[in-house]
Amino acid sequence: MTEEIGYTALVMAFLLALYGAAAAAFGAKRQRPELVESARRAMVLSWPLISVAALAIIALLVSGRYDVEYVAKVTSSTMPPYLKVTALWGGQAGSLVFWSWLMAAFASAVGLRRWDRDRDLLPWVIVVTMVTLAFFLSLVIFVENPFRRLWLDPVGNTVTAFLRPAGARPLVPADGQGLNPLLRHPGMIIHPPMLYLGFVSFVIPFAFAIAALVTRRTDDRWIRVTRRWTLVAWLFLALGLILGGRWAYDVLGWGGYWGWDPVEIAAFMPFLSGTAFLHSVMVQEKKGMLKHWNVLLIILTYVLVIFGTFLTRSGVLSSVHAFAQSAIGPMFFAFIGITSIVSVRLLLDRWGDLRGENQLNSLISRESLFLLNNFLFIIILAVCFLGVIFPLASELFTGQTVTVGPEWYERITGPLFAGLLLLMGVAPLSAYGSSSWRLLGRQLWVPGALSLVVLAGLLLGGVRIWAAVLGYWLAGLVALVTLYEFWRGALARHRRHGESVPLALVRLAGRNRRRYGGYIIHLGVVLMALGIIGIELFQTETQGTLARGEQLTLGQHVLVFEGLTQFGTPDGREVSRAEVSVYKDGRFVGQLFPRQDFYVAANQPMTIPGVRSTLEEDLYLLLVGWEPIAQQGATFKVFHNPLVNFVWLGGVVFILGTLVAAWPDRETAPLRRSVQARAWVSGD
Amino acid sequence: MRQPLAALLLAGFLAASAPPTLVAAQAEQPTDDEVNAIAKGMYCPVCENVPLDVCPTLACKQWRETIREKLTLGWNQEQIEQYFVEQYGDRVLAAPPAHGLNWAVYLIPPAVFLLGAAVLVGAMRSWRRPPVETRVGHDTAAADPYLDRLEEELRARG
Repeated sequence: MTEEIGYTALVMAFLLALYGAAAAAFGAKRQRPELVESARRAMVLSWPLISVAALAIIALLVSGRYDVEYVAKVTSSTMPPYLKVTALWGGQAGSLVFWSWLMAAFASAVGLRRWDRDRDLLPWVIVVTMVTLAFFLSLVIFVENPFRRLWLDPVGNTVTAFLRPAGARPLVPADGQGLNPLLRHPGMIIHPPMLYLGFVSFVIPFAFAIAALVTRRTDDRWIRVTRRWTLVAWLFLALGLILGGRWAYDVLGWGGYWGWDPVEIAAFMPFLSGTAFLHSVMVQEKKGMLKHWNVLLIILTYVLVIFGTFLTRSGVLSSVHAFAQSAIGPMFFAFIGITSIVSVRLLLDRWGDLRGENQLNSLISRESLFLLNNFLFIIILAVCFLGVIFPLASELFTGQTVTVGPEWYERITGPLFAGLLLLMGVAPLSAYGSSSWRLLGRQLWVPGALSLVVLAGLLLGGVRIWAAVLGYWLAGLVALVTLYEFWRGALARHRRHGESVPLALVRLAGRNRRRYGGYIIHLGVVLMALGIIGIELFQTETQGTLARGEQLTLGQHVLVFEGLTQFGTPDGREVSRAEVSVYKDGRFVGQLFPRQDFYVAANQPMTIPGVRSTLEEDLYLLLVGWEPIAQQGATFKVFHNPLVNFVWLGGVVFILGTLVAAWPDRETAPLRRSVQARAWVSGD
Repeated sequence: MRQPLAALLLAGFLAASAPPTLVAAQAEQPTDDEVNAIAKGMYCPVCENVPLDVCPTLACKQWRETIREKLTLGWNQEQIEQYFVEQYGDRVLAAPPAHGLNWAVYLIPPAVFLLGAAVLVGAMRSWRRPPVETRVGHDTAAADPYLDRLEEELRARG
């Protein structure tokens, strides 16, 4: 019964999405507001309906209904209840329902906002969100139905179908296969929802952009309305990427957090175009420029969101042939193609309406530097796209698969990221409109001179890797410029209003959350850059096989193998756990317990590192192998990861900055008044 | 006496004619770090996107042992990589070797950069107009332009 309720809810939501899109378009074309209102209600209703379906899947997962194919695939009786709930997004069908559920939540929230001033945009926002939702629902209804059951046909073959095939009888396995062991980690439990939230929330600014194009609203209203949506989307995407990195560091056991894996890049690409968009919309708001570019960027971001989901869901990454065999792959491909063509065609149709209201007055003005920033982001994006797509193209055209590994990405994107750091150091001090080298020099000389102290410190401290010297100097420059901006702003308020400097700092940030939130994000990036440069350029490693009591040395650290224990766990793991004493500069600093978990049912090993973590460094120890009988000898691989914790610290600062920037500030009330006044004057 | 002498001479001849690497290899086994230095830049076809030096699967352990054997025989990194490429194809290498279609991954990024830069410069030139003298004059004449700009922005935002 549960599966019938869930599937019916999905079908109803799908039909409602189709109705909503059609009614909204028809209502807008025929000037029938009651139809648009009906479509809005359909949009709002989609979320409760998909909630019913999602709850039905959760009920099946938790109650161990192994006769349902999805439940048998992603759960087992040994899994704790919380993992059974999170198995909703642990497999293909469930994750597509989860995607749809989040999409519907955002669509409902948009439907419930006040539309007084943007009535003309409403129908087209409904069309875009409902078409996207209908597409994802069609995948689960027609291809990846999570409510499909297992049956035994009269010949004795196992078949899957939602309705009982003729002559078949139900098949109820005694237990399920269980969730992929790699996904049974707290980071992986939160990481997919964050990424999906980031993905789906980018649909909203895209929907408003398309609505603005259709209705020929050439002002920046769509950008102002969706500013916070975009920041929230960006926040979730950033959170998803950071959590994914942490998961990789904790679970994958290769000593790093980012391997330039296509799945990682699939989420990174919309983040890159979204970051470019967040910067370039400021130019449109301030100067009325880059209107074409902003629409193009949000179209690109939307397409990359769908493309990212396609990459991870179609099986195309393992082989182009897997893509051809899966029904989902071609459907995604067609949807991406159609939405891209329609969106770009619409943009080209409106090209003349979107002319800029200003011109560039200087090559070093803020808007010029933002353009350069966008250029670098887009080049990095193009490199990422090429790296992901090339192995598939090679397989398709030559039959030969190739690997595009981290070194290729790092060699090409390294200088581009350095360029972005330089821009982060310079752009905050440049002015909009007219600017000159002399004016910029006047702003820059204090932090620039101080950054030379950083440079001298690096060289005197013995850093001789030129890439590290350049990277740390640039990071220092950005930090100094950002702190200098905070200091000058606070000092200015202190002088003019007599506020204490701490109070002036708080009020300064409070009165322009977007700007100072952005600066905090820049500080987060600086911290992350310290960590990334640390691990990329100064990581050291060694490996050795030790008998009990023997030691392995890496730099200042000495590791002594004390012993190995093996035991089974109730959740079906066979664990081999080593005990290792760690000495630094001859002093005992603690013990590490690296282990290998072997999931018997899944026949899958997992290497869980033992990590000694300080702000300065991580000692990351892996148990590579051992003598199974005597348990006397074991092989260890140890990494020394300098400054890696700055990556996580920077991530926290980055998220805090985004929260500050996205937090509603005092501008809302006066802005609303002024826009209402304008609408009244224009008779809108 | 003759026989042992002949045996010694034969042993000496064989030792002299044997590849020097073989003799050296018998003297010392390659360390794990030497094996990993090569494995780091390789991928097995099964474990997608996990470098060979850290992959925990049995198949990858066997690959690492093969690298060790080859090193013991005196092979260098290039020879070992070539051996695996012949067995399993180009995909075992961390980056596509520069031939045929693979040139695309090395030529497209700089081409895209140059093309993008040309488009950017063109766009910036077309949008540019001479700076307005009065505005520069206003900026430089202000006693504290930064403070005024900041206050103006804050006032504009309520």
